[in-house]
Amino acid sequence: MTTLPQSTQKKLGLVIDLDTCVGCHACVVSCKGWNTENYGAPLSDQDAYGAEPSGTFLNRVHSYEVQPEVGPAQLIHFPKSCLHCDDAPCVTVCPTGASYKRQEDGIVLVNEDACIGCGLCAWACPYGAREMDQAAGVMKKCTLCVDRIYNENLPEEDRVPSCVRTCPSGARHFGDLADETSDVSLLVAARDGMDLMPELGTKPVNKYLPPRPKDVIPEFDILAPYLEPVATTQKGFLGWLDKALEKI
Amino acid sequence: MHPAGSVIIFTVASGLGFGLLTWLGLGLPNTVGWAAFWHYAVGFSLAGGGLLASTFHLGNPQRFLKAFSQWRSSWLSREGCLSVAAMAVLGLFAIGLIFFRVSWQPLGYTGAILAVLTIIATSMIYAQLKTVPRWNHWTTPILFLLLSLGGGALLAFQTLPGLLLLALAGGVQLLAWYLGDGRFQKSGTDIGTATGLGVLGKVRAFEPPHTGNNYLLKEMVHQVGRKHAVKLRFIAFIMMILIPIGLLIISHAVPIVVLALVLHVIGTFIQRWLFFAEAEHVVGLYYGKR
Repeated sequence: MTTLPQSTQKKLGLVIDLDTCVGCHACVVSCKGWNTENYGAPLSDQDAYGAEPSGTFLNRVHSYEVQPEVGPAQLIHFPKSCLHCDDAPCVTVCPTGASYKRQEDGIVLVNEDACIGCGLCAWACPYGAREMDQAAGVMKKCTLCVDRIYNENLPEEDRVPSCVRTCPSGARHFGDLADETSDVSLLVAARDGMDLMPELGTKPVNKYLPPRPKDVIPEFDILAPYLEPVATTQKGFLGWLDKALEKI
Repeated sequence: MHPAGSVIIFTVASGLGFGLLTWLGLGLPNTVGWAAFWHYAVGFSLAGGGLLASTFHLGNPQRFLKAFSQWRSSWLSREGCLSVAAMAVLGLFAIGLIFFRVSWQPLGYTGAILAVLTIIATSMIYAQLKTVPRWNHWTTPILFLLLSLGGGALLAFQTLPGLLLLALAGGVQLLAWYLGDGRFQKSGTDIGTATGLGVLGKVRAFEPPHTGNNYLLKEMVHQVGRKHAVKLRFIAFIMMILIPIGLLIISHAVPIVVLALVLHVIGTFIQRWLFFAEAEHVVGLYYGKR
């Protein structure tokens, strides 16, 4: 049934640190690499070597400029994948039961054998986390690398999502957000982890850590305040030219 | 949202079909034999043809039977179940009228109720989406219902109810456009809440994650053609509502009603195109678009 579980025993998810992400897109590449050859249909590309290449990705990195009231603008790299919401609107709209949220760990998955490729779940997701694979005609989304995290054939350090394993700057963290003592929960508490579009009531499990405030360089030149301000109006020939041009 | 042809044909044709079937189920007009056959043939072709068109955009239409399983939670599944139930019940009712010249009216009433519920379920597929603020409003199901029953009334030659329903639909359409234009802003969702960075300052999309196109942009960030939206609204409203009402006031003669119906259907196609093309999905915010 595509009704959501009342509660989940665990809430496995990601914590993404917007302060440390350097925007290298390594998580994007490693996600595509792992997920195209493991769980479900491959992540196909269309016109990959042509004029208009496009393809299916489960994780994409945006970049935003933030201009504060005072001070210089900041550039923030912003990885975005499925947030495995507690109140996932993508699950309840599914007509076939292909979309489901697991009771045991809260992971939102698609049973591709039951997916008719109607696309309604992608419409219901505010985050753009679901993409229809154009070759297979089924909906693809982040599985939280469900085929890695429980995989006893992998060395223990590899039993985390591919994006987390590959991130060179340590900006991605994986763990159980239902457990208040887990590393990820402590990190969220210490850094004021936030939800994306909380007003839509999706209750995302994944959290984003906002960039830390920038250092402010203190005024160290004690004479500077006593200096005369530089004259802003021109005198002489330039002053005349300025006035003359203004009148035209 | 991308105004896909298959979905436009589906909502317009099925809406008209189930609208007509509602009137037929109520026994308006009360026909038997060949006359009933042609009425039901038109109703079933429109309703069924629309449903068939809706499968054209599916990635794996061969699995459509599974779509009847999730009626507890999914409006799309409910729509599928209700449409089949409505057509089955009205099919039996039609058999009585066509072959036995008897009217099993309780079946007709049940079918009419199911047909109305089908129209509502179709509209709720769109109205339920919080991600599309323009659709996420009570005007969406009311408008779908009024247009379907109004158009169906013209098909069933119920001219007076048709006239009244079209007038009501016109009013709700104007309200839907008026309220819909401001609803994205009123929803409180912007690039600041989408990224959570709004508390730090003014957020601007600096660089997209990919240089090419992708499914999200094609499907949900459709901006092409919106520049003519106002002109198209005028054309749609005049053809869908004003001229048919004017014609029906002048005369109830068959050619006039047929002309009103044809114009109404063309206008509804334009209205439905706008319904999708003008709808803005919040995911566009991540790309600095609406």
